[in-house]
Amino acid sequence: MNRILREAADTPAIGAAVPRPNGRRLLEGRGRYVDDIALPRMAHVAFLRSPHAHARILAIRAETARGMPGVLDVVTGQDLAETVQPFAGLLVHFKGMKSAQQRCIAVDRAAWQGEPVAAVVAETRRQAEDAAARIEVEYEPLPAVGSLAAAAEPGGMIAQPELGDNVCFTREVEGGDWDRAMAQADLVVERSFRFPRHTGVCPEGRSVIGDWNPADRRLTVHISHQAPHMIQDCYARLLGLSESDVRVVCPDVGGSYGIKTHVYGDELATCALSMRIGRPVKFVADRLESFLSDIHNRDHAVTAKLAVKRDGTILALGYEGTQAIGPYSVYPRTSVVEGNQIANICGQWYRLQGYRAKVRALFTNLAPYSNYRAVGHPVAVGVTEGLVDAAARQIGMDPAEIRRRNLLRDEDFPLQTPSGMKFEGMSHHRCLDTVLRMMDYDSLRADQAEARRRGVYRGIGLASMIEITNPSAMFYGVGGARISAQDGCTVRLEPQGGIMVLHGCGEQGQGTETIFAQVVADAVGVPMGRVRLVTGDTDATPYGGGTWASRGAGVGGEAAWQAGRALRKSILDLAATIHQRDAAQLDIRGGIVVDAATGEQVTDLAEVGRVAYFRPDTLGGVRPELSVTRHYLPTQYAFAFTNGILACHLEVDPDTGFMKLLKFWAVEDCGKVLNPLLVEEQMRGAIVQGIGPTLLEECLYDERGQMLNGSMVDYLVPMAAEMPDMEVAHIETPTRESAIGAKGAGEAGTAGAPAAIMNALNDALSPFGAELTEMPFTPERILRALGKS
Amino acid sequence: MKAAGFRFLRARCVAEALALKAEHGEDARFIAGGQSLVPALNLRLLEPRALIDIAGLPELTGIRVERGRLVIGALTRHAALTGDPLVAAHAPLLLEALPYVAHAAIRNRGTFGGSIALADPAAEWPACCLALDATMVLTGPHAEGERRVPATEFFRGLYATALGPDDLLLRVEIPCQPAGTRNAALELARRHGDFAIVGVAATASDRELKDARIAFFGVADRPMRFAEVERALAVEGVSAAAEALARQVDPPADLYHSAATKRHLAGVLLRRAVDRLRGAA
Repeated sequence: MNRILREAADTPAIGAAVPRPNGRRLLEGRGRYVDDIALPRMAHVAFLRSPHAHARILAIRAETARGMPGVLDVVTGQDLAETVQPFAGLLVHFKGMKSAQQRCIAVDRAAWQGEPVAAVVAETRRQAEDAAARIEVEYEPLPAVGSLAAAAEPGGMIAQPELGDNVCFTREVEGGDWDRAMAQADLVVERSFRFPRHTGVCPEGRSVIGDWNPADRRLTVHISHQAPHMIQDCYARLLGLSESDVRVVCPDVGGSYGIKTHVYGDELATCALSMRIGRPVKFVADRLESFLSDIHNRDHAVTAKLAVKRDGTILALGYEGTQAIGPYSVYPRTSVVEGNQIANICGQWYRLQGYRAKVRALFTNLAPYSNYRAVGHPVAVGVTEGLVDAAARQIGMDPAEIRRRNLLRDEDFPLQTPSGMKFEGMSHHRCLDTVLRMMDYDSLRADQAEARRRGVYRGIGLASMIEITNPSAMFYGVGGARISAQDGCTVRLEPQGGIMVLHGCGEQGQGTETIFAQVVADAVGVPMGRVRLVTGDTDATPYGGGTWASRGAGVGGEAAWQAGRALRKSILDLAATIHQRDAAQLDIRGGIVVDAATGEQVTDLAEVGRVAYFRPDTLGGVRPELSVTRHYLPTQYAFAFTNGILACHLEVDPDTGFMKLLKFWAVEDCGKVLNPLLVEEQMRGAIVQGIGPTLLEECLYDERGQMLNGSMVDYLVPMAAEMPDMEVAHIETPTRESAIGAKGAGEAGTAGAPAAIMNALNDALSPFGAELTEMPFTPERILRALGKS
Repeated sequence: MKAAGFRFLRARCVAEALALKAEHGEDARFIAGGQSLVPALNLRLLEPRALIDIAGLPELTGIRVERGRLVIGALTRHAALTGDPLVAAHAPLLLEALPYVAHAAIRNRGTFGGSIALADPAAEWPACCLALDATMVLTGPHAEGERRVPATEFFRGLYATALGPDDLLLRVEIPCQPAGTRNAALELARRHGDFAIVGVAATASDRELKDARIAFFGVADRPMRFAEVERALAVEGVSAAAEALARQVDPPADLYHSAATKRHLAGVLLRRAVDRLRGAA
C-alpha cells in the first residue's frame, strides 16, 4: 500500500518520468516482506531434501527428530498424501503433453536433488534444521537423467519410469511455402546453438506463511508471489478448501521474474502443516534450496537454418530445438511454454516466405523447469539474429543492411505471420534507424577498423526482436488453466477527496503501482498525491491474473484507466446535480471540478465527497456510485507484440578470452510509454538479466544430476561493476485495442541481450575466423574457439 | 539455513584466547573478521560449539616497522592497508594487490591475517607473502613463546598451513623493500572481487629481472613460486620463462576452467607481469 507523492496538479501524469514513490520506503528498509511478518504463535518449517537426483525412499526414521527441542511436528510425504492433492501442469491446448503427478513432499520416490522428502515444524527455524538433520532416510538410488543429452539418448534412462519415455511435449509448426522458399535460396546457413540452464536468483527467496485459523476454518497465505488469485484457486483445490476459505496476501515482493508464478510443493506443504498444527507456519527458502528448488529455465539445444539469396533477401527459417525440463511439468503453467513460444515467434519479425519449427520438451531428473523472464525469447531471438549475422558475414553484407532489407515494414501491418501470430503494428525500421544514429554506427565501424590495426578486437552486435506482451485468454485460459487473463480495478472517491485504488495486479519491484497511480490520476483528474493503492490481497482487490508476461501496465493499466474514467463520470454527474449544472460542461482538473470552458472552479472533490457520504439526503433521490470497478481483457489480438532493437559494443582480449562490455543501446517500442523512467529501468534490468546467462550464469550438474554450483560463490550472477552503460530510446506504436495504448515492457532486454552480445562477440572474433554459439561465452570457450585452450 | 547454536567467547589477550581454546579444544574456533568462517557456519559446513572472538586482541594489531621489517598485525583489516604510508614505502606490492581483494564490504571486516591463516589457494595475500619473502609469527599452547615460519614453509596445501589447530597467527613480517623495487600484481577473475582464476604477485630489484620473485596463485593447492621459471627469466628471457612455466605448472581445474585453460592464462599473466616489472618504475 503506497501513497503516491506527486503534487504537480495540471501536467498529465501519464507519460511523465515519475520516480517510484515506494522506492523510498524500500530503500529506507521499511519494506514489509513475508519474512518481516511475525504472527503470534508462529512456527517455522525446515525441509529435508533429497540428496539424490532419483531415488526410491525405502524408509524414513524420525523418532529422534520428533524428540528434539522445540519440535512440533515431523511429516513425510505419506503423512500429507491424504490432505494435499497431487498436481501437474497439463494444459489441453498443448496437445499430447504428459506429466507424472507431483506431490508436495515426495512419496516413495524422489525425482530430483532438492525435492522435499520430509518436513520439520519447530518453534524456530534453527530448531527445525537441527531436527531435520537427525531424520534418517534410507534411499535406494535409481538411474538419473542428468542432462539434456542423457534425456535425448535413444534407449537411455527415463526420468519418470511410469511415463515410458522422456518426452513431455512436441510441436511442429509450418507456415508459408517452405519448399518454394528453399528452392530460391542461393545459400543456407546452418548453425547449432546452446542456451544454458539457469535460474532467476530473486533477491528475496521464495517465502510463505500459512496461517490456518481453526476458529473460522480459514487459511490466510502470506506469500511472496506474482499471482495471488491464482494461488488462492490452486491452494483451495489442492488443500480441499473452498475458494472463499483461502485468503492470499502478497506484501512487498523482492523480485520475481517469473520464478514466483508457480505452485511449489514446499510452499503448499507449509500451509498444510499450519492446518495440521493450528498455528501459523513460516517457510523462507534459503539460497541453497532456492538453487535446488526454484524453477530453472532455457537449457535448449538448437539446430537452425536460414535460407537467403545472395542479395541478402531472407527467404526461410527452420528451427529444431530440444529443452530439458525437470521431472514434472510445473503446475499450473506447465514446463513447455518456453519451447512453445519459440515456435510461435522465432524469426517472425522478418519477411519470411517459409517457416518450420519443431520443438520438444524432455523430462530429466534436474530441478523443475518453467517460465522465467522473457520465456522463450532469448532462444528465439538468439537463434534468429545469430543466423542473420552468420548469413550477412557469409555474403559479405553489413549486419545493419541485411536487417534493413528484411525486417517487417510499417506498411506490412497488420499481418499474420507464417507461424500464425497476428501482429497489429510495429516499427522495426524506425528502431533500426534510431539505434544506428544513437550509436553512431559508422564511427564505431571506423573505430573498430582502427583498433584492429593496434591488435585491439572490438565487436558490434545488433539484435532486432519482438516481445509477447498483454496476453489474452489464448495464453492459459484456452488450455483450461484457471489463470485469469483479465484484470480488474476498483477506484473509490474518499470523503476528503482522496482516491483509493484496489487492483488485481501487484508490485514486485517493477513500478506497477506507480503506473496505476499515474493512470488513475489522469483518468479522474487529480494529482498523483491523492491516489492510494491496495494490491496483493484477494480479500480486497478485484479478481485478476496478477503481474507476469508483461501484462501489468498494458492490461492492468487499462482496467485502471476505465475504472478511473467511470469514477470521473460519477463525480461529474454528482457535482452537476449539487450545483445544478450540465455535467457535460464540467471537468475535473487537479482535483478541482471546473467549468470546462472557463476553468472557473465549481467545487472540489472534498465537497463532493462530503455531500455524497454525509448529506446524500440533499440530493433529491440521486444515488451517487463513487466506488466503481472495471475489468479489462484483450480480445482482438492473442498478444500485443512489441518490437525493438538492441545493440552491443564489446572488446575481446584474445590472449585471455576475457570480454569487456563497452556499451549497450536499446530502442524499444512498447506502444504508449506511460512512464519513460520505468520503461528504461525495466530495459536496463532486463538487459542485465540477459547478460547473465550469456556470459556467466549456468546451473552446472554432473551426470548423476547433482548440482555443482548452488551458491552465490559458484553460480555467477552479473555484478554492477561489470555492467556497461546503457542508452535507451523509445518509439511509440500504441495498440489501438485499449484506450491507453500501452503494451508491455518487462522482458525485451532479456530477450534481446544474448543475441546482441553473441553477434558482437562473433564480429570481434571475425578476423580470427572464430565463431561461438554456445552460451555462456566463458573465457575458456572463447579461448577454445581461438585454438588457445 | 541458520547456523547451529554456539557459545560466543570474547578473549581479551592472546593468553586468554589460547586458554579458551585449550578449554574447548576441537569444539571451538577462533573468529576474527569472520568473512570466511561465518558463511561456513551459515551453511552448516562447520558446527563448532564455541567461537572464540579474537578481534580485540591488542597483540595482533597495528602496522609498524621494526629492524628493517614491515610488521603487519594479523587483525589488520584489508581496508586498513589502503593508503598506509609504511606499506606504501616498504611493501608497495601489497597495495598493487589490494584492489583485487574481494569487495569493499569484505575489505572493511576481513583481516590480513585471517586470509593468510585460511590459505585459500586463489587468495592474493598468501602469494604476496611468498613473493615478499615474508615470515609468519605464530603462537600456540605448546610452543615455547613464538614460532617464526617463513612463507615458503607456512603454506602446506589446500587450506593447510603451519598453524596447528590451537595456534594463532600473530603477525606477518616482511623485509622492507629497497626504494626502486619493481612490483606487479595481476589477476584474472570473471567478476571484480571474485577469487582469482589465476593470479601473479611479483617483485624484482630492477628491470634486469635477475632476481625476480614470481608467486602464482590459483594454479595449485597453495601459492607457488617456480625456481625454473625465475631462473629462465633471469638467464634467457620471458619466452623461456613461459615455456618453463608451461612445463612446471599443473593447475587443478575449477568449475569453469580446465587445467589447460588455467595453464594458458598463467602464461599470459607471466608475460604481462614481466612487462610490468620492466616498465617505468
